[in-house]
Amino acid sequence: MRTKQRSSALKKMKTGIDGFDLICQGGLPRGRTTLVSGTAGSAKTIFAAQFLSIGIRRHKETGVFVTFEETPADIKSNMLGFGWDIEKWQREGKWAFVDASPEPGQETIEIGSYDLGALLARLEHAVKKVGASRVALDSLGAIFSQFTSVATLRHEMLRIVWALKRMGVTAVLTAERTQEYGEIARYGIEEFVADNVIILRNVLEEEKRRRTVEILKFRGTSHQKGEYPFTVVPAEGIIAIPLSAMELKQKSSTVRVSSGNSELDEMCGGGFFRDSIILVSGATGTGKTLLVTQFIAGGARNQEKCLLLAFEESREQLFRNATGWGMDFAKMEREGYLKVICEYPEVMGLEDHLIKMKRDIAKFKPTRLAVDSLSALERVSTEKGFREFVIGLTSFTKHEEIAGMFTSTTPTLLGGTSITEAHISTITDSIVLLRYVEMYGEMRRGLTVLKMRGSKHDKNIREFSINCEGIHIGRPFRDVSGILSGNLTHFRPEEIERVADLFSEEEEVALSTKS
Amino acid sequence: MNKYRLKLYVTGQTPRAERAIANMRHICEVELGGQYDLIIIDVLEDPQLAEDEKILATPTLVKELPAPLRRLIGDLSDNEKVLLGLDIVAASPAQTPQGGNK
Repeated sequence: MRTKQRSSALKKMKTGIDGFDLICQGGLPRGRTTLVSGTAGSAKTIFAAQFLSIGIRRHKETGVFVTFEETPADIKSNMLGFGWDIEKWQREGKWAFVDASPEPGQETIEIGSYDLGALLARLEHAVKKVGASRVALDSLGAIFSQFTSVATLRHEMLRIVWALKRMGVTAVLTAERTQEYGEIARYGIEEFVADNVIILRNVLEEEKRRRTVEILKFRGTSHQKGEYPFTVVPAEGIIAIPLSAMELKQKSSTVRVSSGNSELDEMCGGGFFRDSIILVSGATGTGKTLLVTQFIAGGARNQEKCLLLAFEESREQLFRNATGWGMDFAKMEREGYLKVICEYPEVMGLEDHLIKMKRDIAKFKPTRLAVDSLSALERVSTEKGFREFVIGLTSFTKHEEIAGMFTSTTPTLLGGTSITEAHISTITDSIVLLRYVEMYGEMRRGLTVLKMRGSKHDKNIREFSINCEGIHIGRPFRDVSGILSGNLTHFRPEEIERVADLFSEEEEVALSTKS
Repeated sequence: MNKYRLKLYVTGQTPRAERAIANMRHICEVELGGQYDLIIIDVLEDPQLAEDEKILATPTLVKELPAPLRRLIGDLSDNEKVLLGLDIVAASPAQTPQGGNK
């Protein structure tokens, strides 16, 4: 008996909820009841309805929805927004409701002992009627307000959970909790459905709502641990973002692509790798957007598809600036090699941005992607959320083997790093720094390739200028140090020669003589 | 047409169901003087009826007539409370007329 249960416990049922099955390592335990607990507004009902709707749409599995709180009519109209036509499924015999919602104005008097035999009979009847393999019960707390005897209800819920097991259906049972971090659910419901517990959270952090899902336990089977962000998308429902569940198995290409600037290519040892992530960091006005424009235009010129996601400037601004540097974005877009999407970071949460970006990438299938700027997106999220976003985006672009150029704005004019860099620098393959260099009362611009994974690169900090053709990289700064830290020290030329002799490196000499 | 139309929903032949049926029959005979229709519904046999009526608990007594519609749940083991719940003025002399008022 025991061993039989064990072997069946290993089987899982795909929920079909994007990303969630990865966190579950396959889905919900088949033939069991899983408690989904969450505070008000934590998307419990959506989770429950989505579980059934995906079963119907993708797996030809019918479902029964037991509603304790909202009326079937309300659920139907609410879920229509996600494109789930429950009315139609009801007609087709794929979805059945068991309506256990309270009836307003109806007086019920309790006299003597009772059980929930009628509810159980209705549930079994509905499961038989549609041949259901999925059952959702939402939300349990509401039934505790309909009856007074908590002891009876707890006993009856246990009976219902047993009956679900006997019928062999996979069930989702939602329950309320009063705090985000506290007891699992009200009325100690977890005690009788303790096999599997999932918690949905909707935490207010720094005035921003952050939704996460956590699998607290799956008895007898494995799952990912910890909280994972998720979001609710119109026309889709819940989408989870399984960060650490993602695998680090991208291929690595040795094919080089042009940065769109031959001088920068040379500094990088012949261009960026085709599937690498390049971070461009610099203060405002140092030329980040220009570098992005050149990168994109360079790709489009070679008839590669390029996607530019802009969060700081409008289309008109970007197109006008590109024209100023002799690049015709409008023509590139007409020819289908370029797609520019501009958006304010504030229009949605970061999780939604990530999902939308992935969609845009999957739809347009670019070989080059530029995000200008990544740090603008910092504004709409907490630090933790931002880190997850950056990891999610970079791993996705690498997985898709896209060359990605992301820009980051440093908060100070001289020197400095930003939060973006702190999160992203270890993930990126290349880092290009653009810095202001104050020289005797004049602001000049310096560029250096700080990191170039898997390749030799020029280690000089070179001066660059911007003309009508874009960035023009010149000689290294020889008589000044401390550019990156923002604390400039100027040297006399003879001192530099002495230092250069001390640390002579072949490649450096080779490169500096070239320029 | 009888004055009282009552439906009693029960689950199978459990002691609780038997008790509720016996209690209700007794009240009907003693208090309603034959002026009633009592329909007993086993939800295991007719789950759709329970679904249509949105019955959760068993036993549930539904008083359809006279209005207002009223539901009593439990094994109806307290005679006096049942009468109160059904707005029946007790016929037994032990009770004052006010006792049965709403």
